[in-house]
Amino acid sequence: MIRSEIIKNLVPVLSGQLVVCNIGLPSQEMHLFGDQPSNFYMLGTMGLSSSIGLGLALAQDKTVVAIDGDGSVLTNLGTLPTIANNVRDNFILLIIDNGSYGSTGDQPTYAGKKTSLAAVASACGCENVIECQADEAVSVVEKAIASKKMTIIICKCISGNIPVPVITLDPVVIRHRFMQAVEA
Amino acid sequence: MLLDKIVIDAFEKNKIELITTVPCKQLSGVIAELETRDSMTHIPANKEDEGMGICAGAFMGGKRSAIIMQNTAIGVTINTLVTLTQFYRLPLPMLISFRGELGEPVACQVEMAVHTKALLAQLGIPTYHFHNPDDVHELDEILKYTFMCNKPVAILTDASFWKGE
Repeated sequence: MIRSEIIKNLVPVLSGQLVVCNIGLPSQEMHLFGDQPSNFYMLGTMGLSSSIGLGLALAQDKTVVAIDGDGSVLTNLGTLPTIANNVRDNFILLIIDNGSYGSTGDQPTYAGKKTSLAAVASACGCENVIECQADEAVSVVEKAIASKKMTIIICKCISGNIPVPVITLDPVVIRHRFMQAVEA
Repeated sequence: MLLDKIVIDAFEKNKIELITTVPCKQLSGVIAELETRDSMTHIPANKEDEGMGICAGAFMGGKRSAIIMQNTAIGVTINTLVTLTQFYRLPLPMLISFRGELGEPVACQVEMAVHTKALLAQLGIPTYHFHNPDDVHELDEILKYTFMCNKPVAILTDASFWKGE
């Protein structure tokens, strides 16, 4: 299973949730399969999906699911200690780990080699760290949302991409409708 | 210190409820003052772009946010300022210690100081420079301006400002 299939499968579980979508193909796939006002498409700033998600979770009480990637987390590895030390039980970080920089041509990341992001997250002090396989993603995310405990999920899958259109929504529109969904 | 208190009072008065920081020697007093306020959540960040991401999320979540950092961070955060804060039109007060100005003991700090205002100007970021302690009284208006125009706004605070009281 590749990332786009995981994202497609997650659409019903993420329906109505506040979702921060990672830069590049993950955002484009969420937009294609399950666009909703409560999706925030992060179109720049590789690495900051988890930081934006944490800020959102700190500021209000609704559940926030930040979708990240292994390459993006490696770019902003400092995010994991910050998350671990500022626990918010409405925050779920879903790292889809395909061991590659998917949006840029599937170049391998260190997470696909010797580096375990689950071990890194635990070493940073994160408490509920779950590593799962692609076919378990839906049930693991569903349980994490129901648990009301801050959870870090590392979902392993194989690398590969499907063609998806770019997002042409204006960023101010993305932000405006997202903030309305937060308030609703 | 009085200046630290006036700065944090202005943040509080403008209903800023979440502040991320990456420390600087020159900012230790203001960060310590921040820690004393129950009305504000302080989230130390490991890098300033991470801090700006947290601020963006907090603002969209309904809480006004701000960042406290050193001017060297301008080099770290240009992409974030442009493709997150400006692209999505998010307000972000940036209280910045302006190292490398008069009174600076560390030569390396001057290397970034000479580029600081040019970079901020290139990015189209409204920039205020606090040099005299009295300048602090503009902070309240600068914060109002920031949340009026939905832009990142830089408040550069140099050594003369912090030592002048």
